[in-house]
Amino acid sequence: MVAVRYQTAFKLYPYEKVPAQSGPVQRHPVVIIGGGPVGLALALDLGKKGSPALVLDDHDGAGQGSKAICFAKRTLDIANRLGASGPMVHKGVVWNVGRVFHGDGQLFTFDLLPEEGHRNPAFINLQQPYFERFLVDEIRAAQNAGAPIEIRGRNRVTGVTVKGDHARVDVDTPDGPYQLEADYLIACDGARSPTRDMLGLSFDGRVFEDNFLIADVKMKADFPTERWFWFEPPFEGAGQSALLHKQPDDIWRIDFQLGWDIDRASELDPDRIRARVDAMLSSQTGTVPDYTLEWTSIYTFQCRRMERFRHGPVFFAGDSAHQVSPFGARGANSGVQDADNLAWKLDLVLKGLADDALLDTYATEREFGADENILNSSRATDFMTPKTNLSKLFRNAVLSLANTHAFARPLVNSGRLSVPCSYDGFDGFGPDAMDGPKVTRPGTTCVDAPVDNGFLLDHLEGAFTILALGGTAPAPVKAHGITTKIVHVATPGPALTDRYLGAKDRAVYLIRPDQHVLARWDDYDAAAISDAIATAIGKG
Amino acid sequence: MPLNLSPNIPDPDGFYDELLRAHDGLTADESAAYNARLVLTLCNHIGDREIIRAALEAAK
Repeated sequence: MVAVRYQTAFKLYPYEKVPAQSGPVQRHPVVIIGGGPVGLALALDLGKKGSPALVLDDHDGAGQGSKAICFAKRTLDIANRLGASGPMVHKGVVWNVGRVFHGDGQLFTFDLLPEEGHRNPAFINLQQPYFERFLVDEIRAAQNAGAPIEIRGRNRVTGVTVKGDHARVDVDTPDGPYQLEADYLIACDGARSPTRDMLGLSFDGRVFEDNFLIADVKMKADFPTERWFWFEPPFEGAGQSALLHKQPDDIWRIDFQLGWDIDRASELDPDRIRARVDAMLSSQTGTVPDYTLEWTSIYTFQCRRMERFRHGPVFFAGDSAHQVSPFGARGANSGVQDADNLAWKLDLVLKGLADDALLDTYATEREFGADENILNSSRATDFMTPKTNLSKLFRNAVLSLANTHAFARPLVNSGRLSVPCSYDGFDGFGPDAMDGPKVTRPGTTCVDAPVDNGFLLDHLEGAFTILALGGTAPAPVKAHGITTKIVHVATPGPALTDRYLGAKDRAVYLIRPDQHVLARWDDYDAAAISDAIATAIGKG
Repeated sequence: MPLNLSPNIPDPDGFYDELLRAHDGLTADESAAYNARLVLTLCNHIGDREIIRAALEAAK
């Protein structure tokens, strides 16, 4: 019996009985629990590297509802590396103009003029089911090309037992239960992670006592593609803040921050929701456009993370490991970065090129990343929902100054868009033996820039890569079973020069498979590169 | 130099957080007094009466 917990938007991996359900218990190198954005990205990354991945999901496709809707540039860059970003960017909505209101008045507008010279926009709005579908499409293409990925739909994990160096997994299916074993078990099973509960692990943090009403409305009306955000919105019963922005398929996402003491059932009454939506949509024009309610939900949130993301053979990634407020789009985006971090490390360990201890760096790096995300989203929440009279006094002072003075606008915080963290000073990085730009120091993710007729990140395809700028093309370095790829740009353009060279006329960068800068030098030195690779894989 | 009304504080979110934390545990009166001391301290740093006068106007 596998109960249906939610409706699916797309059926992507229908249940099929496999021989393993009635045969002896099989051992798998990597089993991923959960076919959401994180689990799918991890499976695709592993499979494309030739390492096997088995995904178990208790449904047969992507859940209904838009859920995560804002996918940031780093996620699109990762998806680009995985071959899946094209349809996402094509389908997604890009917006640049935002308006910030306080009560009846408009405080200011902003135009997110994107920095030139990147393949991907700063972010797109796209419903999560599409994101998952495009990943599965690419997984199917990779499978056809021989990638060892398997997705088993309607396979619900009901038990996890750590047996020393592996995990025993109980699985239920429409044809009854079976067991399997995993050398590495990756729990990508969401904020309510059953795996976390089955292992009795805690998930502590700060609870924000607030309820958010989400309404996705379908509207064919000619309505501007802008993000509108209200502090203390003037509409009846709108709560502390309200947000309106556009998704594909003529869908608009509306959020109302309702406060803590609410009656959930009555707030979900469609008539009551429509009254709020009417007031919002007509607030600037005086008329209510035609629309239909597509999906509504009320949620509360917490900012918290697991103390450790690794427990022996079991790893936690995405919302199962860390949860943030929705402000800043740091949920799915940070989860995809978890997958990006873990995939190449698992791949090296499975191929015998690195020791198991390399996987510990997944936990230390991503726990740090989660802390940064939690800090940012907590600050946004504190600004939007002041907890004391004093903090409200300052918040409203910022808002009133922002109306006339540009200096106050950077202090207005309705969520800071997700950007990847930099692993400054972490083990495994360095040396920084070049007086280069800060933006590309070791630890950072590579900044994109135009190269020839394409972009730099297109050339960083998931392997250890030597990026040589100016000078002559270096030879690949073979070290510890790893052969680097070479990207040589003899004549860097202005953006590449600005971001990677600064005042220098040449440089040599060593890039990790997840596109983080490992080390950089003025000149090519094969021995130094070999040492840096050893450091990066824990053999230094 | 005229009063600078362009963004001028690095890490604005960190600054804002630090500013509010300085008030942690203070009563309303204590916070108001703290704010007064803070304004006086910052005005002394600025020193230039023309700039202070412009700031007094800008904050109205």
